[in-house]
Amino acid sequence: MNVTITKTLDLKGLSCPLPIVKTAKAMKELRSGDVVEVLATDPGSVPDFQAWCRATRNELIEQTAEDGTYHYVIRKR
Amino acid sequence: MTTELATAATELVEEEDHRLVIFAWSGDLDKIWPTLILSTTAAAMGWSVTVFFTFWGLFPLVRNDVRITGENWMQKMMSMMNRGGTEHLKLSKMNFAGAGPKMMRKLAHDHKVADPQELLEMAKDMGVRLVPCQMTMDLLGLDRASLIDGLDEPAGATTALLDADGATTLFI
Repeated sequence: MNVTITKTLDLKGLSCPLPIVKTAKAMKELRSGDVVEVLATDPGSVPDFQAWCRATRNELIEQTAEDGTYHYVIRKR
Repeated sequence: MTTELATAATELVEEEDHRLVIFAWSGDLDKIWPTLILSTTAAAMGWSVTVFFTFWGLFPLVRNDVRITGENWMQKMMSMMNRGGTEHLKLSKMNFAGAGPKMMRKLAHDHKVADPQELLEMAKDMGVRLVPCQMTMDLLGLDRASLIDGLDEPAGATTALLDADGATTLFI
């Protein structure tokens, strides 16, 4: 994968709805095409980030999980 | 061409403004909590969100440092027995004279679940419109000065219904 990360959000430990709400807030300050990387530990964030990206039409470029940490890479539409 | 048109049409539909209107009738901790979770999340999804606070739902909007509200003894009595503010909410079940909410808040803290106060601030931050019901404010003796900052102008049922028309609505 070859994208430049504009911003990294460490949202580990936070529960619903904070990972989504905080990501949405952070994305507001970015420009179209910027890429944000999100780290979360809430298992519910997996379906939530997929749904949120669908609803907001931001692009979920990558989604991985390792040792209970979920890693999302999202490009702002 | 047809495909392009279809894509354009889909985009138009998707662009259409999604709206969520919640009627917050209950002042219980376990009801105001999901109200705030849903409204902040909807705002995060780009929806326009309005929460109408009516009846017991108004009490969480009372300033935490205000103890007694109301002008006559009945209204004062009501605030004595039902203290307002996000820090003084009760559970609808297992309240155990205040021990229940304490435990619930402890659990929430341990699991890093945002508490109602934090969510309320976040809701304001994300542009959620918080509208107190004028009639209930008068009825319960909750004037604008006893309520928190950042609320919309108090409104009535007509405003609430017009806002709810065609939106996703919840009564909590």
